[in-house]
Amino acid sequence: MEWWKSFPAMDDLRLTEIKKAIDSGFLQFTRTYGVVIEDFFAPLKSFLIWSEKLAITTPWPIVVLVFSAIAYASTRSWRIALGTTVGFCLIGYLGMWEDAMKTVSMIFASTLVSIALGLPVGILMSRYKWLRVSVTPVLDVMQTMPTFVYLIPVVMLLGIGKVPGLIAVVIYALPPVIRLTDLGIRLVDAEVLEAADAFGSSPWQKLVKVQLPLALPTIMAGINQTIMMALAMVVVASMIGVQGLGQPVLKAIANQYFTLGLFNGLAIVAIAIIFDRISQAFGRRLQNVRGHEQ
Amino acid sequence: MSGLAIEIRHLYKLFGGKAGNLIALAESGLGRAEMLSAHNHVLALSDINLHIESGRIQVIMGLSGSGKSTLIRHINRLIDPTSGNVLVGGTDVTRLSVKELRQFRREATAMVFQKFALLPHRTVLDNVVYGLEIKGVARAEQERHARKWIDRVGLGGYERRLPSQLSGGMQQRVGLARALCNDAPILLMDEAFSALDPLIRVDMQSVLLDLQKEIRKTIVFITHDLDEALRLGDRIAILKDGLIVQNGTPEDIVLTPADDYVSAFVKEVNRGRVLTLSSVMRAGEPAQSPLGLTADLTLEEALSRMIAADASEAAVLSTDGVLLGRVRFTDIVAATLRTSVGTDAGLPVFAHTGCLRGSHTVSV
Repeated sequence: MEWWKSFPAMDDLRLTEIKKAIDSGFLQFTRTYGVVIEDFFAPLKSFLIWSEKLAITTPWPIVVLVFSAIAYASTRSWRIALGTTVGFCLIGYLGMWEDAMKTVSMIFASTLVSIALGLPVGILMSRYKWLRVSVTPVLDVMQTMPTFVYLIPVVMLLGIGKVPGLIAVVIYALPPVIRLTDLGIRLVDAEVLEAADAFGSSPWQKLVKVQLPLALPTIMAGINQTIMMALAMVVVASMIGVQGLGQPVLKAIANQYFTLGLFNGLAIVAIAIIFDRISQAFGRRLQNVRGHEQ
Repeated sequence: MSGLAIEIRHLYKLFGGKAGNLIALAESGLGRAEMLSAHNHVLALSDINLHIESGRIQVIMGLSGSGKSTLIRHINRLIDPTSGNVLVGGTDVTRLSVKELRQFRREATAMVFQKFALLPHRTVLDNVVYGLEIKGVARAEQERHARKWIDRVGLGGYERRLPSQLSGGMQQRVGLARALCNDAPILLMDEAFSALDPLIRVDMQSVLLDLQKEIRKTIVFITHDLDEALRLGDRIAILKDGLIVQNGTPEDIVLTPADDYVSAFVKEVNRGRVLTLSSVMRAGEPAQSPLGLTADLTLEEALSRMIAADASEAAVLSTDGVLLGRVRFTDIVAATLRTSVGTDAGLPVFAHTGCLRGSHTVSV
């Protein structure tokens, strides 16, 4: 009755062999194709370096002004614009300016990459059912797989640095844009689509003039989620060498520096709130233009 | 551009997975009920033959589920037929390639929808230009046309509003302007006024009739409202369970309903507003009457003129003044009341018909 009490597992030797085989196979793959893959991501790397440089070298008053202006323009609320100004000034005054800018540029870059990848995939998913059926489980895996697990192969392939960090962030933050783009397009009123067809719209005209504009509030909700999830990854990404507010947090964990951790953590929270308010207000404004159709 | 003729020949539409295999059964006469019970397929349209003359308003009328919305969608092929042909100005729509069909929809047809189907993120002006924009017309030209039609449907000054800021009636004016702006010879109107309040509906019917005097398009108008059908239609086709049971002028429909189904429809209709003098006049000259009425007057109009002139008899003339015959006041009243007389026995008939509303002083 041994098999009844403990699960009849594969014997250890065989299991180790299998693991070893997969590991060495992947290692072989990284050795053979590592350089090619690195070259493939070279443009991404230069984009990341450029955006970080931009964030750091721009004089701080301009950065604060730009963010406050964007906050006001999208929310039309002095309170939120003022909160943005105060938030950034506090971050700077407490000596976290440069780290904050690195984080902001990383979020900016990974959001852009997520949109660039997610929008077309979402559009295609809304169009082809077979694609939706096959992509959805992949998205589920991306969102539920513990982050550290896919950090391992990424690091093996690309080492430590900005690009693997960005990839890790994008894998985690991409699903909402895809899902909500697909959903938004499928929710577009069938009558309006029929009207577009009746006037002889081509598929491209229908997409650009009808489906995307009408799905935009939903897509914006997806982008908002993506930004928030990217921010949530800042600390994890710092483990593989992404600079920014995550690194001091990591240091604080290792050395039990409570205040250092708290300050940087609060800085991340402040940035998250600012970005969230801005992107949400933007989505709401789009919705209001639409009015109450029914 | 003024109208193009439409010819629908042996059109069948069968909904369901094996429509292609089962269509032969439908063509050999299997009915809707048998098709559903034996093969679980819905026979939406069955052997539809319809000739629609250029520049006329053809109403297609039926209750919900009769297939009327399916039928109109075959004209611009928003729905593909299972078998049969639809010819528009000689072109067989059912044989167009995807690209040709797109071109056909851009040039030949425009459509107005029951629920308006406006683009909610676009202003009135940007909605109205949509068809021209799709065709690739220059923006200045688009706006010139659009402003003209926005004015014509009575929405001047609302160009910058969004659809959500307009009432239902105004939204459908936008829908109408959008369709007219395309200047397509064929206008398809799918229950275009059904979602509107009764008063606004009548108002929109007037707008359409006024416009039609000038634009002379071929209009296919779907409705479930007989009053609307009688008011708008040059011809009315009545659809029941996917079959056309009668197609004729409003007078044909009212005077000689083809079966009980049509009779039931026309029972409650105000005949005084539909029938014209030509259907009640007698041969010969009136004995003594200075009053001359044209043959295309409705009975209701004729009655009120005869009352005004205190005449018991009048001469019936053609539109260019030739004497056609005579008509007696009592003939008109009898024709107007035909369906009501007898059912309201014992009561003064006038009080129940509505056709003489506002003229209580009459005595026959």
